[in-house]
Amino acid sequence: MNDVFSLREMSRALADGQVSSLELTQDHLARVKEVDSRLNSFITLTEETAIAHATAADTLRGQGDKRPTLGLPMAHKDIFCTEGTLTTAGSKMLSNFVAPYDATVVTKMADAGMVSVGKTNMDEFAMGSSNENSYFGPVTNPWDTDRVPGGSSGGSAAAVAAGLVAGATGTDTGGSIRQPAALCGITGLKPTYGRVSRFGMIAFASSLDQAGPMTRNAEDAALMLSVMAGFDPKDSTSANRDDAWLADVLHHGIAELERPAVIGLPDQYYENSGNQESLAEARRELEKLGHTFKSVSLPHTDAAIPVYYVLASAEASTNLSRYDGVRYGHRCENPTSLQDLYERSREEGFGDEVKRRILTGTYTLSVGYFDAYYLKAQKIRRLIAQDFDKAFADVDLLLTPTSPTPAFHKGQLTDDPVAMYQQDLYTVPTSLAGLPAMSIPCGFSQGLPMGMQLIAPAFREDLALGLAAQFQRHTDWHLKRPGESN
Amino acid sequence: MSWEAVIGLEIHVQLATRSKIFSGASTAYGASPNAQACNIDLGLPGVLPVLNEQAVEMAVRFGLAIGAQINLHSIFDRKNYFYADLPKGYQISQFETPIVGEGSITITPETGSPRTVGITRAHLEEDAGKSIHDLYSGQTAIDLNRTGTPLLEVVSEPDMRTAQEASAYFRQIHTLARYIGICDGNLAEGSMRCDANVSVRPSGLAEFGERTEIKNINSFRFVEQAIEHEIARQIDVLESGGKIHRETRLYDPDKDETRSMRSKELSNDYRYFPDPDLMPLNISEEFVAQVRGTLPELPHARCQRYCDDLGLPAGDAETISSDIDRATYFDQTIEAGASPKQAANWLMGELSAYLNRHATDIADSPVTPTQMAQLIQRIEDGTLSSKTAKTLFDALWEAGADNSAGTRVDALIDSLNLAQVSDDGALTQIIDDLITANPKQFEELRGGKDKMLGFFVGQVMKATQGKANPQQVNEIIRSKL
Repeated sequence: MNDVFSLREMSRALADGQVSSLELTQDHLARVKEVDSRLNSFITLTEETAIAHATAADTLRGQGDKRPTLGLPMAHKDIFCTEGTLTTAGSKMLSNFVAPYDATVVTKMADAGMVSVGKTNMDEFAMGSSNENSYFGPVTNPWDTDRVPGGSSGGSAAAVAAGLVAGATGTDTGGSIRQPAALCGITGLKPTYGRVSRFGMIAFASSLDQAGPMTRNAEDAALMLSVMAGFDPKDSTSANRDDAWLADVLHHGIAELERPAVIGLPDQYYENSGNQESLAEARRELEKLGHTFKSVSLPHTDAAIPVYYVLASAEASTNLSRYDGVRYGHRCENPTSLQDLYERSREEGFGDEVKRRILTGTYTLSVGYFDAYYLKAQKIRRLIAQDFDKAFADVDLLLTPTSPTPAFHKGQLTDDPVAMYQQDLYTVPTSLAGLPAMSIPCGFSQGLPMGMQLIAPAFREDLALGLAAQFQRHTDWHLKRPGESN
Repeated sequence: MSWEAVIGLEIHVQLATRSKIFSGASTAYGASPNAQACNIDLGLPGVLPVLNEQAVEMAVRFGLAIGAQINLHSIFDRKNYFYADLPKGYQISQFETPIVGEGSITITPETGSPRTVGITRAHLEEDAGKSIHDLYSGQTAIDLNRTGTPLLEVVSEPDMRTAQEASAYFRQIHTLARYIGICDGNLAEGSMRCDANVSVRPSGLAEFGERTEIKNINSFRFVEQAIEHEIARQIDVLESGGKIHRETRLYDPDKDETRSMRSKELSNDYRYFPDPDLMPLNISEEFVAQVRGTLPELPHARCQRYCDDLGLPAGDAETISSDIDRATYFDQTIEAGASPKQAANWLMGELSAYLNRHATDIADSPVTPTQMAQLIQRIEDGTLSSKTAKTLFDALWEAGADNSAGTRVDALIDSLNLAQVSDDGALTQIIDDLITANPKQFEELRGGKDKMLGFFVGQVMKATQGKANPQQVNEIIRSKL
């Protein structure tokens, strides 16, 4: 039954006493056990704690606790530290790491009464666009078992798409929530940088990493965001804001847009997109709803991918220095010296893509190359952000494809990292600008779901969510499930 | 050929914050290994640094105290290198944009005249942990308690020319840091350490010779010895036709020698870049003004005031002003009514001797400044002789040490019967008796043998157990002549 349930629907069913959190949780766990040997979307199932938390939620509800999130089952990407539970970041390096503390996001969701059933699979240290870089094996796209779910939050995306959970956390550095959301036909939101605390979220690229919800629809994304968001004194980069709409969303759902939106269509995003048809149809639908379109230019879009790979790799190269085999994580057998301990522990513990980025990042930060790569990339990053500023002077939101192609075949791009990096073509610029962006389903191509991306000005997730919710009230792309005809 | 040395110091001042610079863990010294390393200090996956504002305030205090430019905008960078006691694989430091810019400090070497040493910059950074190589055979033990302890690295200009100057500079920074309350100054616990950059050049030559860096020196004496040794070594090398190589050297105080640690050419590329986990540090003019308002009178100004306004000799003024606790004690004693000269004498004499003997800090002195002032007043008004004053001081010390602080000085003088006999009648009676008992001596005195005056004064003192006022005794005896 949970296959058709969204978080909101479950919330209502719980409130009406039609079902208990324990029943829902057991149902979810059973479905994961039944289906996931095929999908491999989970690394760890936390059955015991899930049952305990669900039981506790039911007790609270019995005592009159009416919070809409109480007792809702969900899952965490395995990049969030969870106290007492294996936290791997998809890496052999952390394949034995049991976190001694909870990430702020984990704490917030637990405090809201949500029940985590487990930790989802991901590309190692969130580096990848296909979920083929996981030490725990690739994840399968529920729409086509030969295809990838996208990455790096591929486990969360596949689990939501397959109905194993209605909501899962993801993280997005250059598209890691939005691209797998698009490839799996679900809704994924990368909030504004600083909206959600990064404390306890294993770092890939600190200036870009941002956690967000992956759900079946915009309403659920808003519900999860309202729980995940908020200033955290433990994260110096988290934003200290008081947006009333975030609190309202929790109890009243997404508010209607105050007026029809002026939606910008960035020229540079439509030049080579393979997603013209479904986007055109979405546009017609939005026009019917009274929104208008305007073409805009984001002239530095071409530079975004190289800039991103310079900056993200630079940050990653030092963020990952702590994995040295000394205090925790993988340690090589019988090290003969400190140097040997470092070299072999890291050689054995990291996968190829992670090593590639550590090498790239180390190179671009080195004396003699720093100015030409890192500094230059920072300058272009500012130009990219300015492009968006200018565009948002004229329009409320931007509408673009989320990814250049629908889900591709497993192994198709693994030997061509640069082609793989192109998967992030449309998602990376917003990451560099720190802007909120979401992907929602907008049609199908070759029987595979396609996503469209809504980009909003900083801290205006409400605009993207408002438009997405309205779109989803008038379309049913987000209701399509794998295995049904479409 | 005659040679001139050129010396610059990098001093690491461990800031006396309660918690670490980027975490809430305690900085207290001496905990069992790794007991004070929290998740953040351990560099666990997912943890983030949050800047300790107290460390920022202390850096600003220091900057203001050396008359430096305070940079309202500064940046924390990552200094990347691998070492087993560096949990994150990078140290958070400030590279291109430090919080404190150029300043200077005046030093007074033991020999030579006072001079100004330029300070290039001072920046905030976190300390690493400790590697202990000699605890287990074939293994290294890691203690991460020190990890994340805030440091202010003070970089001097190459303005010093002798080992004595370098040592005086180190001392002066030490004095200042303790003065403004940013460091406990405990060298034995590593609260202040320095690296010395040393080169030599033929006297009169403007350009610098190649330099070496001596790492991790933690005492005033070792600074002097290490630099002395290194200067001699470099001169030896150059005079025998060799070349100095840029390298890092380690000073071994046991052997009194420096030895090469690593060559700089092979040194790490630290790949500095702004730490994306921390926002640039922006402080306001108001904050700086507020910190300025809390600065104590600084050693140099205080010394000047002691000389100019209080008339202390330069040496006394220097000694008292060089330690904030001593200076505070002195000021409080004056404020309570003691004359500056007497206060200085007592402070550097009796009090200092007692403090040393009992290994007590002046801040914890059992004799309070108020008691000291009263004691001095009772000397000045003739109640106490210098001898009874010392007896009283000892009694005050014991009483204070017994925790009966607040013992009233006058009450103690009474109960110990220390007051001088100033009663003319009583003294005249004693003197008359003495003249009667010693007629020969009295005749000699009368005959102009002044030495005999001492005899009679001594006898009076003996009869009064030292409580007679010598001046008064003199007068009475003279009146008998």
